[in-house]
Order: sequence, then structure tokens, then C-alpha cells
Amino acid sequence: MITKRIIPCLDVRDGRVVKGTNFEGIKDVEDPVELAKFYNISGADELVFYDITASAEGRGLFVDVLKKVAAEIFIPLTVGGSINTVDDFDRVLKCGADKVSVNSGAIKNPSLISEAAKKYGNQCVVLSMDVKRIDGKFTVFAKGGRENTGMDALEWAVFGEKNGAGELVVNSIDTDGVKGGFDIEMLSAIGEKVNIPIIASGGAGSMEHFDTLFKTVPKVDAGLAASIFHYRQIAIKDLKTYLKNNNIEVRI
Amino acid sequence: MIAIIDYGVGNLFSLSSSLHNIGLECVVTNRREIINKADKIILPGVGAFSDARKLLAKDGLDEYLIEQAGQGKPFLGICLGMQLLFDKSFEYGEHKGLGLIKGEIQPIQTQFKIPHIGWNSLSFVKDDLLTKYIKDGDFVYYVHSYCAVECDDALVAVSDYGTKVAGIVRNKNVCGTQFHPEKSGEVGLNILRAFGEI
Repeated sequence: MITKRIIPCLDVRDGRVVKGTNFEGIKDVEDPVELAKFYNISGADELVFYDITASAEGRGLFVDVLKKVAAEIFIPLTVGGSINTVDDFDRVLKCGADKVSVNSGAIKNPSLISEAAKKYGNQCVVLSMDVKRIDGKFTVFAKGGRENTGMDALEWAVFGEKNGAGELVVNSIDTDGVKGGFDIEMLSAIGEKVNIPIIASGGAGSMEHFDTLFKTVPKVDAGLAASIFHYRQIAIKDLKTYLKNNNIEVRI
Repeated sequence: MIAIIDYGVGNLFSLSSSLHNIGLECVVTNRREIINKADKIILPGVGAFSDARKLLAKDGLDEYLIEQAGQGKPFLGICLGMQLLFDKSFEYGEHKGLGLIKGEIQPIQTQFKIPHIGWNSLSFVKDDLLTKYIKDGDFVYYVHSYCAVECDDALVAVSDYGTKVAGIVRNKNVCGTQFHPEKSGEVGLNILRAFGEI
């Protein structure tokens, strides 16, 4: 049977891994290639790299990092950050990415989802959304969570699926960095609406949080986290053993 | 040397890197003189069947590959590359495949989500050279919405996704994996290693 996936996420700026809390207060952590290798032998099911570089030089460094990782690590790699055009898909796919995650780029130009799906297949297009409660409504934010788009998150998820997104990353801004658990309410609401794999992000602080996530929202296929893995608060190996002992199917 | 067939579909960087990683020489090519010199052939592929089939037919590359397979060269199709080996596919219409393995490609019939994305375990149906370094129950990485059916004679290993998904298939020297060995960690590398030793 198919397993639940555990996915560490690496935010990369100028060729280095960083991780913030509530998207602010970013601080340097480690070398992306070394960290990726470490995660691979620890049992990560795939890796997500977000390019949060602003400069062209930084973007070049990111591509170099990606190539180095793809030459040594043979598990799925998803790349996101600054993906605004089909050419951007091309640029990262050529360096060894398997899937490309779109966020603000798709908000600006929603046809990017269908164009990319037509060219590279649905399996290649991951719609990533940063969501926050505004007046009790799940609302999509753009630009790394800084800009309220006013868009309804449930409608956006449905639009993404209809237009060819093969997977959905739901990142709750409300729970991100707080380490109090995944946003079960938000994930359940979105899970009701779509039938593509959902990757939950934002809020993981303990192994129990993953257990609760997979048991309460069966439609969630994967749990994504950054800082708890980077700072070795949870070892992926231990997490997977723990989940297996709790009757959740994982790859060990 | 292994020839990885380049016919304009997909990213071949990971596949060639994974072969290099386990010490297998390979070249990404669509040139007949190079394919002819290679002692093994890998047909990769992602995307839609009909598009890939059309690209493969360009300049008669499809006929050339059928001829090469007919000479008994070890031949491995991966993902869509595996699906292309069969008689026909029903992905958006009906399309003829290379006809190297008996069977057809149909949408996955399951109550679970489509596409089938993620790590699933293999159950062996019979012994095969490709599986000599892996064991029953090992996990491999799948990404697909269609699968091979009516190919019982060719089944080497299957995965359970609410239905039996053909994971590894073989007809004589022609074999295929529906999953991506180049994305299936150590298990995948061990399958490629075994292919390299055939």
C-alpha cells in the first residue's frame, strides 16, 4: 500500500539553507547539499527546495545547488520559489527537479498551472498555497505570506486541481513556526474539496503532531516541515519508526 | 555502455546521474550509430502517451528501437517508457505502442486518489534478474495515472493501490518499471545495478 510521506523543506537563499518563524527573522542554518544528503540517508521520502533568493546571482547559485543535489540524491525533488513562467519550469527541470511548485506566480497568472500541466504533465505541477484565516475565512496570501489576495483558499484549491495541479501543498500561516501542531481544521476543509494528494505544512513541533495529522485528516498524504528537522529536534528515522508503531504506513 | 534514448520527453539528468553513481557508463542520445553500439537500451519518458509516441516515431526511431530489441539487447522502459512497450494505450483515445510486450495501458481503476503518487511496496510475482538485489516488500516511487493491464504473463512484480498495479514487467530481453528507479533511493539504484549486470 502507498505510504504517508515525510518531506523536509529547505529554504535556500544565496546557496544556503535558511528557516524563519512566521516567515520573519530568517537565520542561516546549513549547506543545502550536505543537509540533503543527511535527509536522504535518514529516510526522507522527498525533498522540497524553495528558492527565496532575490538577486540574479543568487538564482545562479540555487541552480548550482540543485544540480549538485540531483547528481547525488535519488529521491524526488520538488523546487519552488520565483516560478512565474513556463520557462522557469524548464530552467529547474533541466537541473534535476522532478516537480515544480508554484505559488505567487500562479496567483498572478492562473493559466500558468494549465500551461505547465499541458507541457510537463500534471504530476509535475504542485500548487503551493499560503493560507491564513481572515474574518473566519481561509484566505490565500501571496509573496511569502506578506500579501493578502482576498482569494478564498477552498476555491483556489479546486481551481488548481481542475486546471492540472497534480499535488497541493497547504501551508497554514496561522500555525507556521508555532510548533503547536498542523492546522487540522484548515486541512480538513481543503481535503473535503479536492482529490489530489495534499501535503500539509506549517506547525509540526513533535512526532505526535504527525500522528494526529495522518489519523484525523486521512486525505493528507504527506507532512512537510523544516526547522524541526534542521535543528535535529526530530530525527526523520525516529519519526517514521514512531508512525509505523502507531499503525501508519511509512517507508522504512 | 547504456544508451538512454533522448526523444524530447522529460528530464534525463537524474537517470544519467543515477547510472553514473553506480558506476555504469551511459550516453543520452537519439543517434542510431550510438544506439547500435550500446549494449543496453533505456527508454525513459514522462507526460502523455500520444505525444511521446509521436516524438518517438519521428525519423523512424520507433522502428529502429523495435529492431534493436529484436536483436536481444537488454531493453528497459521506465514509467511512460514502460507503457510505450505495450501493444496499445487508451490514454485520451487509442494509440498503438511498440508492441514489444503483450498487454495494454488503461486508466488505474481504484477508489484511491489519481494520480498514484508516492512510495509503494513491491510484491514479487516471479523471480527476475532485475530484482536480484532487492527484496519483496521494498518501496519504490510511483507517479502515474495509467497502468498496464492484461499482461499477466509479463508480470514480475506488482504494487497494491486498491488494484494490482504492474510494477515490473518483462518479455524476454525487454523489461520495464512503472515506477522511477532513478527516484527510488537505494532500492531503485539496486534495480538499475541489476539491469547493468544483465
